[in-house]
Order: sequence, then structure tokens, then C-alpha cells
Amino acid sequence: MPAARVTLIRIFYALALLLAVLVLNFSLMHLAPGDVADTISQSMGGADAEVLERIRIDYGLDQPFLVQLGRYIGNVLHFDLGYSFFYNQSVTSLILERLPATLLLVVSAQVLALVVGVVLGVVSARRPNGMLSHFVTFLALFGYSAPVFWTGILLLIAFSLKIPLFPVAGMQDITVTGGFFAHAWDILRHLVLPMITLASIFLALYSRLARATMMEVLGSDYVRTAKAKGLSQRDVVYKHALKNALSPVITLAGLQFSAVVSGAVLVETVFSWPGLGTLAFQSIIARDTPTILGILFFSALVVIVGNLLTDFALRLVDPRLGGRR
Amino acid sequence: MSDTPVIPEEPIQKARHPFVEAWEMFRRNHAAVVALAVLVLIILGAIFGPILYATDPFEMVWAPFSPPGVDGYLLGTDYLGRDMMAMVLNGARVSLLIGLAAAVVSVVIGVTVGALAGFYRGLVEEVLMRITEFFQVLPTLLFSMVIVALFGASLPMITFAIGVVSWTAVARITRSEFLRIRELEYVTASRASGVKNLRLMFKVILPNALPPIIVQSALMVGSAILFEAGLSFLGLTDPNIVSWGQIIGSNRQYILDASFTVTIPGLAIFVTVLAISLVGDGLNDALNPKLRQR
Repeated sequence: MPAARVTLIRIFYALALLLAVLVLNFSLMHLAPGDVADTISQSMGGADAEVLERIRIDYGLDQPFLVQLGRYIGNVLHFDLGYSFFYNQSVTSLILERLPATLLLVVSAQVLALVVGVVLGVVSARRPNGMLSHFVTFLALFGYSAPVFWTGILLLIAFSLKIPLFPVAGMQDITVTGGFFAHAWDILRHLVLPMITLASIFLALYSRLARATMMEVLGSDYVRTAKAKGLSQRDVVYKHALKNALSPVITLAGLQFSAVVSGAVLVETVFSWPGLGTLAFQSIIARDTPTILGILFFSALVVIVGNLLTDFALRLVDPRLGGRR
Repeated sequence: MSDTPVIPEEPIQKARHPFVEAWEMFRRNHAAVVALAVLVLIILGAIFGPILYATDPFEMVWAPFSPPGVDGYLLGTDYLGRDMMAMVLNGARVSLLIGLAAAVVSVVIGVTVGALAGFYRGLVEEVLMRITEFFQVLPTLLFSMVIVALFGASLPMITFAIGVVSWTAVARITRSEFLRIRELEYVTASRASGVKNLRLMFKVILPNALPPIIVQSALMVGSAILFEAGLSFLGLTDPNIVSWGQIIGSNRQYILDASFTVTIPGLAIFVTVLAISLVGDGLNDALNPKLRQR
């Protein structure tokens, strides 16, 4: 199948998934006890039945389920996810304010985990019984078993309370003045601990898989051929073998996107990182349903886009999937 | 008669019970055996601990932030002066119970979906696998946070919220096993002898698909415990019960005063989940001997 068509099908499919998320979102809102009218009347300090009825008609809550669903989807297509009565702001603008922080955290943690994971895996695959290989095994066990928020708190205690290397919380220091680079440096300093915490879960996963596939690839015929024709060990490992060992790791990384976003919720809460995760936490405590569902929608969007990008990356690495035509 | 050659009697090899054989395999994995012992200890502690150590985990017994071992409190006291030992022991019950129950929920959903998809194929498979993919796209923790937030933080609701988001891996494994096994001759034979579909699925195919499902289920218990810890860390839990994650969540503002109130329950989660995953490894050795070369 030509590459363009594959791409189109993927995108169409991603849109269908998004639509399904919207339907789920709306059904949840519908099933949950209490509706917008209740929220509004609460924020007004109570209202009688007549006023409640008026609000329900104004917001179209008296319409049948499917009509309301259609209207909801229509609104979302116009980037309208509802209004947060807790923050007194539209949900879309609320989320767009917080989205960059989450994206920064999620993307940098994924990249860190992938790069370090692959390097660890590849280097340890060359010596399956060496120290580094045992370290990878240990890391994998720790990454799987330690609750990520606990890892975060331990790092916080060690590297910002006992040894004050990094700031305790937040993303920016308001006292920092100066140009772009001063701010970038400030954000980077705040980013280090949350990024390492979030990456710790996935680093373990990637390094173990990278080691396993690399060991398999290094034992294959074409690697022997490459060695036989006199290529240096380095060229064999990093030019020939690595390319083939990479695609399973990228596939896995793509599948992990929803887990990364989930982990980000906890990590953000530990480090008071001003992203969607802390927003989700606050709006759940405030029982702010439109915001909660808006976040669910946007995080699903992040995962879907992440999956699409993984797909493209895979086809760049593996020409058999039809990327270079 | 006397010149017939004497056939040397071979020692009779008694067929060993499959469980015995599995145990033999399991025993060779030393880490798994140690982990199993630790896990048994944890389970015993969860069952009998709160009975033997009958301090109310909600009662203020001493000054806050008393360090472990001082003033007779083995694990110290938390920010409200509650006995950490009592809290950790009682928390073990909730964490293990929810972990187990949520894993059961997700295995039941996963096996059902995977079995139907792998057995019927065609349209059924297409639809069910699309649903599975849909659930893989939703960020699991966020989705269960939403469920708990909208429908209340009771223990059954938390269990359901964890189970309903974490069945996809089981479904995929079950489906691929069913796809493989349904083509085997013994299944064709049963089908030819008139065995009905439902019986074919659960009595004929499922038993042979079980080994990888069992291993995955063991790991699910571990991840469900982590999941519950995450939810209760965020405060999305029944306020009238203690769980490990909830101890960490409620004490985390005070890590400067008393970091042990956070490190101890976290260590409990870590050791439990680590033990479960090592036992899962051992089960893998015992049940899937063919896959052992990795």
C-alpha cells in the first residue's frame, strides 16, 4: 500500500478514536449524579425548582440524549469543552494554559527514557553477564515495582531537601529575571527531578527490551556477514544491528504513551508541576466535572497524537513498513 | 522357557503430577522462592497483624512525628500522632485486597473479551479489538480517577475503576493464545464430536491457554496494588480506611519533619510488588518451560 494511503487511514482511524472518547466523556457526564444546573445553583448559593428548570432548558438539558450528544460533539469541534464554574474560565483556555507544561514533562521523560534505555540496553547486550547487564536487570525490577510518586518523593528528599541541588516544586521561579536563556535555565532546573522520576518507570522497560532484541540481532546471520567482511565492531553494532533492534523499542514506547500520561499525573502532583495532572487533581477535589472530562479528552488526544508520531517514526526506521516511497 | 532372554526390568517411572513438576521448575528460580516466602509473610502480616497488634490506626496515641523505635513505637507516629505500625498493618489489608480483587475483575473481563475475539474471529474480533485499542488510548490512571471522582470513592467502585482500565493486556494475550490453539487438531476433533461452542471455548481451549494468562494475572495483582496506591495517594479513596498510598499522600507535606512517614509505607508497596513480580517470573519458568531461554 502506498505510504500516503497508509497515513490517511491512520489519521482517519485516530479521528474515530477521538470521537469514541467524546462519546464516552459525554456518557460519563450523563451517568454521573448531578448536572450543570446543580453546579450553577450551587455556585449561586442554591436555587428553587423553577430556576433549576429554567437553567436546564437554557443549557438544553431537557433535550433527548442523542441531541445533547450531537450538540456536545459540535461544541468540541468548535474548541468549546464547556465552562468551569470553579475556575470561572472556559475549559479549553484552562487546559491550553496547562498543556505545554505537561507536554514538556511527558516528551522530555520519554526521550530521556528512550535514549538512556537504548544506550544501556545496547552496551549491556555486548556483555550479557557483565556488571552493567546486572544493573539493567536491577533497574528493570525497581522501575516496575516502585510506586512512581514514592520514587519522586525520595528524589525530592535526597536532591532538594538534604542536598539542595534542585528546586522543591513548581516550574518557574518568579524571582528569576533576565532574558530567554535565564528562564529556560530556570525551567530546566525545575524539570530535572520530575523528568527523571517519570522516566524511571519506562527506562527500565526500554533498557530490558533493548538488551533482549540487541542480543537476538547480534546473533543473526547478517551481523556475522558484516563482521566477516571486516567491519569494525563499532560499525557492526551501531550502524547495522542497532537499526533493527530499535523498532521493537519504538513500538513499545508508542504503546506506553497512555501510561506516561498517567504517570505524569502523579509526578506532577508530587512536584507541584503546573500541568494537566495537577489541574486534574485540583478539579477532582473541587468536583469540577467539565474540567475533569476536558482533561480526559485532551490527554487521550496527547496519547493518540503520540501513537501517530510513533507510527511515522517506526516507518522511518523500518523501510519494510513503507515509509520511504 | 529357560532360554528366553531375561529382559532387565526398567525402573517404573511414575508419572508425576503436573503441580509437582511445576514446583520443581519454580524451585530452581531462587529469587522467586525467596520472593514467595516474603509474600507469604506479607499476607500473614495482613491477615493476623491487625488482630495481634490491636491499636486503632485512626487513634492519636502519642506526640506527632515520633521517630521509629523511640518511645515504644516501632515505626514511629505520623503527623497526627497515629501509630505507624498499626497503619501499615491495616493498610496491608486494603492494598492486598483491592489489588487482588481488581486483578480478578480485569482478568475476567480480559479473558472474556480475548476468548470471544480469538474464538469467533471475523466481525466479533474486529469490534472487540477496536474496543481494546480504545481502552489502551485512555490514560488509565486519569480514567479511573474520573470514575472514582464521579461515582464515589467506595472500595467496590475503586476496585471496579482499576479493573475496568487494566484488562487490555490480558485480552490481547488470551486472544493470541486462542488464535493459536483453535487451529490445533484436538480442538477440531472436539468440534467434530459435537461439542458446543461455549464448552469448546472454556473447557477445551481455555485450559491450554492458561499458563501465560496465569503469569500475566500474577503481574496484574502487582500493578493493581501500584494503581490503588496511586489513587489513594491522590486522596481518591474511602476516607474511613487506611491504605499504604493514602498514608504517603496524607503525610507528604511533612517530609521535612519526618520523612519516615513516607518512606516506610512506600517501602511496603515496593517490597510487595517486587515480591509479586519475582514470583511471576518464577511462575513463568514453571508454566512456560519453552520460553525459558530468555
